Amino acid sequence: MESFLAALLLQAGYNAALVGIGAALLGFAAGAAGTFLFLRKRALVSDAVAHATLPGIGLAFIVLVALGGDGRNLIGLLAGSAVTAWIGLICVEWMARRTRLSEDAAIGAVLSVFFGIGIVLLTVIQTLGTGRQAGLEGFLLGSTAGMLFEDAVLIAIGGGFAVLATWLLRRPMTLVAFDPDYAAASGYDVRRIDIAIMALVMAVTVIGLKLVGLVLIVALLIIPPVTARFWTERAELVIWSAGALGAVSGYLGAAISASAPALPTGPIIVLVAAALFLFSLLFAPARGVAAALIGHRRFQVRVHRRQGLLALTREEPILEPYTLRLLTAEGLTRPDGVATEAGRAQAAKVARDEHRWEVARDIHQDAALTGRYDGLTPIEEVFTPDEIAEFDRRIGAPRAIEGPA
Amino acid sequence: MGAEFVQFSLTPILIGVLASVACALPGNFLVLRRQALIGDAISHVVLPGIVVAFLVTGTVAAMPMLIGAAGAAILAVILIEAIKRLGRIEPGAAMGVVFTALFAAGVLLLEQSDTSNVHLDVEHALMGNLESLVWLRAEGWHSLLDPVALAALPDELGRIAVVCAVVVALTALFWRWLKISTFDEGFARGLGLPTGAIGLGLVIAAAVAAVAAFDAVGSIIVIAMFICPPAAARLMTNRLEAQVAWSVLFAVLSAVLGYVFAGYGPLWFGAENAVSAAGMVATVSGAILALACLFGPHRRREGVGAVPGT
Amino acid sequence: MSPDLTLAAQSGQPAPAAPDLAPLAVRGLTVSYGETPAVFSVDASFAAGAMTAIVGPNGAGKSTLLKAALGVIPRLSGEVTIFGAPIDAARDRIAYVPQRASVDWDFPTTAIGVVLMGLYRKVGLIGRLTGAHRATALACLDRVGMAGFAERQIGQLSGGQQQRVFLARALAQEADLYLLDEPFAGVDAATEKAIIDVLKHLRDEGKSVACVHHDLATVRDYFDRVLFLNVRRVAEGPVETTFTAENLNAAYGGRLAATHIDELQLASA
Repeated sequence: MESFLAALLLQAGYNAALVGIGAALLGFAAGAAGTFLFLRKRALVSDAVAHATLPGIGLAFIVLVALGGDGRNLIGLLAGSAVTAWIGLICVEWMARRTRLSEDAAIGAVLSVFFGIGIVLLTVIQTLGTGRQAGLEGFLLGSTAGMLFEDAVLIAIGGGFAVLATWLLRRPMTLVAFDPDYAAASGYDVRRIDIAIMALVMAVTVIGLKLVGLVLIVALLIIPPVTARFWTERAELVIWSAGALGAVSGYLGAAISASAPALPTGPIIVLVAAALFLFSLLFAPARGVAAALIGHRRFQVRVHRRQGLLALTREEPILEPYTLRLLTAEGLTRPDGVATEAGRAQAAKVARDEHRWEVARDIHQDAALTGRYDGLTPIEEVFTPDEIAEFDRRIGAPRAIEGPA
Repeated sequence: MGAEFVQFSLTPILIGVLASVACALPGNFLVLRRQALIGDAISHVVLPGIVVAFLVTGTVAAMPMLIGAAGAAILAVILIEAIKRLGRIEPGAAMGVVFTALFAAGVLLLEQSDTSNVHLDVEHALMGNLESLVWLRAEGWHSLLDPVALAALPDELGRIAVVCAVVVALTALFWRWLKISTFDEGFARGLGLPTGAIGLGLVIAAAVAAVAAFDAVGSIIVIAMFICPPAAARLMTNRLEAQVAWSVLFAVLSAVLGYVFAGYGPLWFGAENAVSAAGMVATVSGAILALACLFGPHRRREGVGAVPGT
Repeated sequence: MSPDLTLAAQSGQPAPAAPDLAPLAVRGLTVSYGETPAVFSVDASFAAGAMTAIVGPNGAGKSTLLKAALGVIPRLSGEVTIFGAPIDAARDRIAYVPQRASVDWDFPTTAIGVVLMGLYRKVGLIGRLTGAHRATALACLDRVGMAGFAERQIGQLSGGQQQRVFLARALAQEADLYLLDEPFAGVDAATEKAIIDVLKHLRDEGKSVACVHHDLATVRDYFDRVLFLNVRRVAEGPVETTFTAENLNAAYGGRLAATHIDELQLASA
């Protein structure tokens, strides 16, 4: 706990502080960049990109060793991973466009086959020389243990650049993500902006390899935007809140991981993001599970009450047991289906509104207004009091308000 | 092809073949339903499923692991549906949220618990270890008739054989339901078929196949088994029956060639050590898919609105 | 207290409703997607041996009504009977033709393969599909003029041909009630004629047909009865008396231009 607090307050050493800041920046860039991908409905393309980095890491290592260098040079490995990630992306697009396979099959094929090739290369590396492959497995699930100072700086700088690029490109990318046709009509090159989105996603993936690992980096691109979507309907807000959620996940996850170095970093960061998501799924005010359950229940009650009252106005029997139980419980009918005083009063109001709608639909043959004649929308919501008074005048007697009962 | 082959290669090849076929069969329907990535999700949630099963029972017995994996798959499907509907989130993103979160939980649970005495670790879960499933008691082909030697066959072989047989039987039994609900779900419901249960059953069958195959090839290469053979098969034919037959052929080819290349390929190049068999199986299945994409007779979309094929 | 209380005051003990033996009867059917009703409290009873058009503007819930009646989508409230029986007891008597756009025509199967799906309920899960079944399927394809295309992959068929295959599948079910969701949407004139001929023939055999229909210009020529729907039931009855300008206006609001209405050879109100 103490070491966690220390890490949280950037007091756990220079490296850990840099990693924490880097993770926060990376999380922000991933959340924001992921939003564009998510709005383009291509979230899982990033999964193919992420898994396609593995053969690049292996090849880069082999090339670096062959050139006489240290195979663990992070810049070299990341450059290699970017190359195969890009090839993987091209493969996905080619299969989806040029064959009859759908994009999801292409994604699954690319991610698993590239990963398989990567595994083969890792076993090749194991045979090259003993011990030198150490650390490559860290790219699978992320690891901050034993991270070099230069690596931490690289992650922090890379994260900073990714955030900057997201900010610079936010307008064209939002436009393309929301309405590609409109963007094209306004003179944007949709194809190039799409490539920019994918490049940003790839940059985030590559920067995050060491920290989160290639199996789970996709979570940082997907979970924050989906979480943010539960809280807001506005695009700009989704982008920035997804960024903020990603930053919090990255920072908290890195801090927890710094205090428990044995644990892989990736899963911890992902679980922090997932916890934020779970909370939103359950309790978000408009779209959460709790709100949805309550809303659906209320809606069902409204429908059944209304249908029951309509049956009363038409002097028809109430057939559905649930409707009858509901009206009885509310004191509107007796258990045998006969209306009580209160029930008749409400039925009368329903009948009057139905009359008013009839007149309204006759006068206003305007789809926008009469389209709201769906049985549930109160007429007072659609027409002004004087308009309703006019309907009542046309209906004629009995006048609703005047005169004692 | 003597005693050494029986000892070290026969059982891994058999396990690889059975695992590939068990995954490819449900994979056909997943690919046709545009749910290929459900295979992705399932193979990732197998890990938390078996870790929880291990923590609850304390053993790595087959039954609890299968139940754990199937349970995790059902949980994942329910969560994906809930997120899709409540948040009005596209299926890909919903899947991405669920399987990464569950996988992360599985990794963490695994790292936290003491699994040093059982064969269960994260790298193994990701990459598999087909080569280790050898039959040491075998002395040659005649051992196939020797009850003592047969009793020492790796457990995984029996497990995957049973699972493969069950998957084949279920596919045959529910063939018509699967076909009709995959092609036209609305019509199938109009006929009164339980399409929801059919879809869930398919996912559970895939999960059981995944957990049995997982031992041998790991969770990510299982995805290649689900997707590559059926996808390649789709490009070879326009009939479901033939597609499934092609997919089984491709699955068997991938498993056999993958194992042979991994074990003997490096020797051909003068290297001494074998490379990962599971990785090579995925690589071969990818090569088959690539060939099908380039030369498959039905690789292009045809008919209304499509460019005429060549 | 308002004086129009009298409206419901004299309602005594409601009489129990007699079972409706109509091919398809719905009472109080409500379906919602989210918090807006797509169909609200609709009562409708389709006449036996007649062709009924279900018409209404876009988003009026026409397809939803059919799907909910068949249990393809869940309903919020309401009861459905098929020939007086609950839906699950009467599945064998219904044939449903979904919208053509609702399926993936890239699916690996042939025209006759689709028609044979219409027999799956009859042959069960493992019952053998015999030569006789294939002959039946081929005969159904022949009735829609598609016998020569039996072995064609369905993705290679034109839109109209695909619709005919769907109709042939429904014919293979040998049902008493045929429910079709926009069978004429996006098909060529020849197909439209072929389909309507088959449907009229079914009607003449005493079967009942109901179609979700878009083209107001053909309602009079094709159908005997019409159900106007716009979330709620607007009107229902024989075309001669119900297909009126008044009902059209009520269903479509101001969406139909007056000139358009003039061209529809409406019944005089």
